Amino acid sequence: MKFARIIWANLVRKKMRLILTLGSFAVALFLFAFLAVVRDAFNRGADVAGADRLVVINRTSIINLIPLSYRDKILRIPSVTYVTHNNWFGGIYQEEKNFFPQFVIDPENQRQVFPELIVPDDQWNAFLKDRQGAVVGAKTAERFHWKIGDRIPIKTTLYGGGSWEFNLDGIYHGKRPQDDETQFWFQWDYFEERIPQAIKGQIGWYVLRVKNPDDAVSVAKAIDTEFANSPNETKTETESAFAASWVKQFGNIQTLILSIGSVVFFTLLLVTGNTMAISVRERTSELAVFKAIGYSDRFLLFFVLAEALSIAIIGGGLGLIFAFLAIPGLAAALNGLLPSIILAPSMLVFGFVVALVVGILSGLLPGITAMRLRVVNALRRV
Amino acid sequence: MVKVDGSGGNSSLIQARDLDKKYRRGGEEIHVLQGLNLDVSQGEFVAFMGPSGSGKTTLLNLLGGLDVPTRGSITVAGDEITHMSASKLTDWRARHVGFIFQMYNLIPVLTAFQNVELPLLLTKLSKAERRKHVETALSIVGLADRMHHFPRQLSGGQEQRVTIARAIVSDPTFLLCDEPTGDLDRKSADEIMALIEELVASHHKTVLMVTHDPVVASRAHTILHLDKGALVEGGKSPQSVTAGGVA
Amino acid sequence: MVEKLVFGLIITLAAVAALLLVLVVVLGIAAGLLAPFLGSVPISYNFRSIRARWTSTIVAILGIAGTVGVFVAMLSLARGFRATLVASGSPGNALVMRAGSTSEMMGGITLDSIKVLQDAPGIARDSSGQPMLTHEVVGVIPVPLISTGTDANVQVRGVSPNVLQIRTFVKIKQGRMFQEGLNELVVGSNATKTYAGLTVGNKIDFAGGHWQVVGVFDAGGSAFDSEVWCDSQIFNAVLKRPANIFQSATVHLASPAAFQEFKDAVTSDPRMNVDVWREIDYYAKQSTTMTRLITVLGGIVAFIMAIGAVFGALNTMYSAVAERGREIATMRAVGFSAWNVILSFLFEALLISIIGGIIGCVVVLPLNGFTTNTMNFQTFSNVAFAFKITFDLLVMGVIFALVMGVLGGLLPAVRAAISPVAVALREL
Repeated sequence: MKFARIIWANLVRKKMRLILTLGSFAVALFLFAFLAVVRDAFNRGADVAGADRLVVINRTSIINLIPLSYRDKILRIPSVTYVTHNNWFGGIYQEEKNFFPQFVIDPENQRQVFPELIVPDDQWNAFLKDRQGAVVGAKTAERFHWKIGDRIPIKTTLYGGGSWEFNLDGIYHGKRPQDDETQFWFQWDYFEERIPQAIKGQIGWYVLRVKNPDDAVSVAKAIDTEFANSPNETKTETESAFAASWVKQFGNIQTLILSIGSVVFFTLLLVTGNTMAISVRERTSELAVFKAIGYSDRFLLFFVLAEALSIAIIGGGLGLIFAFLAIPGLAAALNGLLPSIILAPSMLVFGFVVALVVGILSGLLPGITAMRLRVVNALRRV
Repeated sequence: MVKVDGSGGNSSLIQARDLDKKYRRGGEEIHVLQGLNLDVSQGEFVAFMGPSGSGKTTLLNLLGGLDVPTRGSITVAGDEITHMSASKLTDWRARHVGFIFQMYNLIPVLTAFQNVELPLLLTKLSKAERRKHVETALSIVGLADRMHHFPRQLSGGQEQRVTIARAIVSDPTFLLCDEPTGDLDRKSADEIMALIEELVASHHKTVLMVTHDPVVASRAHTILHLDKGALVEGGKSPQSVTAGGVA
Repeated sequence: MVEKLVFGLIITLAAVAALLLVLVVVLGIAAGLLAPFLGSVPISYNFRSIRARWTSTIVAILGIAGTVGVFVAMLSLARGFRATLVASGSPGNALVMRAGSTSEMMGGITLDSIKVLQDAPGIARDSSGQPMLTHEVVGVIPVPLISTGTDANVQVRGVSPNVLQIRTFVKIKQGRMFQEGLNELVVGSNATKTYAGLTVGNKIDFAGGHWQVVGVFDAGGSAFDSEVWCDSQIFNAVLKRPANIFQSATVHLASPAAFQEFKDAVTSDPRMNVDVWREIDYYAKQSTTMTRLITVLGGIVAFIMAIGAVFGALNTMYSAVAERGREIATMRAVGFSAWNVILSFLFEALLISIIGGIIGCVVVLPLNGFTTNTMNFQTFSNVAFAFKITFDLLVMGVIFALVMGVLGGLLPAVRAAISPVAVALREL
């Protein structure tokens, strides 16, 4: 449009100032994206969770085990379609800091309960036939450069101790970007075989699917009622409730992130607003000439807002693009400390909107000043 | 025809009747213009002179629709502008007035071409049409070869010529000049004045000019003096003017 | 081969550049701070200039204040977490666990092994000659948080009744210690404030047992303050674990120097398969993951904000240079050297950044001692801890501000000093 030339010419009037303001915007939006990503990582469990999946743990303590014999009783409850069980293995691969979650799984039902974790059929079949087989998530495989056929040794002091060795038969991928691709699975049968008699026949927790998400609450109640007053009482919740309460234990992380975000937002507003104000002040006589020639007051408001918005869009856009490129790298620095860090499109959109809002707000006051400028007063400064 | 006694009838292009302008400065009320009358026909070249603070610029601002009188009326080409709303006045200025100020006329980040084009961006002309008008205006002022230079690459005299080009590009009803040669050396000032005379003579422009320089003023057809808030014709004393022209 | 050479060259150049940068920054800070004494441009010029551009100055100050505030806050969060955990250990205690265990919960020690430990050299004995040892079992129990009502995993520690002799910094501050053999609990001072129902006189159920809270203990700000303690034999029974098998034993040494003697004796004993740690080292390790997480996150955030703050400072300083263009040119024409001009601008930049740094520190100070809680990844249990702002952190914050000030002031200062005087004088 025909005024673009003028707006652009005004923007590049002072190159250094433009670069610095764009830089401030870029930095602020980058930080925004980073904070959004971290917040999302902490909240991860809650949205990954399937609405039709339930988790059953020992009511006394999450660390206590539950008998395998409960499984059939759970299966008999109406609306329950598939039940699988997991144990937390907690071994060490080479050194402690190479942490990744290891689960003992029930191969028969694993894929039905977790359909979003995809293993190619041929690999899965090889795994089924291999007692000492293991399937690992793509991220962990990448991290340690494992290939199918590798022999993976894992040490533990529990379960009778010693070094357990596995054959890597398969690598799974998550269907959605936020699915966990770090897990290490191996066979329940092998586990049962090796552990001491005293602790056989017990699993860590059950995960089950119901026919209809609406049934979740009633099924949960039914399960817990079934095992009430037994030596191992259960606590059943939907997967998302389970994940949410896990996240709540991180206490004030959300508040912390929100506060930092606000500090950034206001500082950015201040910096850009100030720059716009200075820039308008410097141009008072020029703006007066515009008005004299016949440009309306509102037009000048539009000019200033357009400049502010341009800075916001360009600077903010740069920041978000840089975030998109750099955040996967940052994720590596946090490897193993947080679940996978991903930058979702919705965060980018939100960031862009924030940039626009700051742009408009920062241009508003100076724009109004420009709008209210009286030609006769401005030109009298001559 | 130029009259300052309010007797110009209704045929003049620019007509001011009984203009009063007061404003406050530091708690005091200053009566700058009192009962001022003016009639200017088309094609006239009028110079306004007077001591500093006499209200020359104020008068120009009123006639150009940049300010509103405390009392009185101003009619230009049949339009009464004193009661127009601010936005209507803005439109009116765009269509009817060409401004040439003493300095800060040009936008430093735009080329000569773009500066001259500014008034035309407010119209519905196409890009090609705008270009035609700009090129014409620039050749009239003799700067067609400097179209794409920035103001800082032009001399003071050239800058003023670009300003004049911008002032005439949309073919306004009249031109208002406030000390157009104030910042220039004698030679450039002469060139500018020659140009303005040319505009009046060949293109039938109507020009109202404020200046403190008698040499510059002498180029105009008529010289009016601002004294005690009203206009008197050059050379005549206030007392000899008929009723209506003196406060 | 060539690749390696080129790579090596790049690394060397980068290292040299980094060193130069550090040098420049350090010199810049020194020069700027000493400017009033070294330079001949009066500092009243700087104050006047700041006052004339007070909006830009305030913006730069706030940018720096915000960054320093975040920096100090995040570091103090990490420090607080680590301090809480480290405080749990004393140099005079040794922790014994099954060999290869990375945490207490994984350990397993039989009563027989305990007896061996009790006879080992280096262990302290109380007035009646009894060895000072506590055998412990740790479990994680869900208890609702007072703040959200949802469950948090609370660490319950079964201990020997004489535990207070071994952890001497723990004192009962309300009620009394639990009695041996009974289902009684004492709760940490943070635990009683954070989790529902843990007040003296209250009865609570967990692990299939009925317990009574009989006392509150103060563990000097360590992780134990978030724990609940009871008799380890009773805990074992309630958890239906095999009796007389514990997870760890903590021993009070005759003196901190006796550690090596104790460790050697125990680890070389063929009946035993254990690791011996200084308690302090064990707890320091338990905090690494969380501490690292907070530090890395906080570091990234502060670094990014610092870049933004430097931009803000640069903006202010450049506009200072621009606005005072004629004044500077005049000064230089009159005879002030470029060096003096640089000093003057550096001083101004540092003044702005010091004010920003101090404001940032002051604003964050009220957080000191503010408790929050989080889950320790390594133990799956909830730990309450407090922001810990120490003097050295504040100093680091101010230095950080100064660095930002130098980075923001140097280039504009140099530009002011070297741009041709004639041009500057002509610019209106």
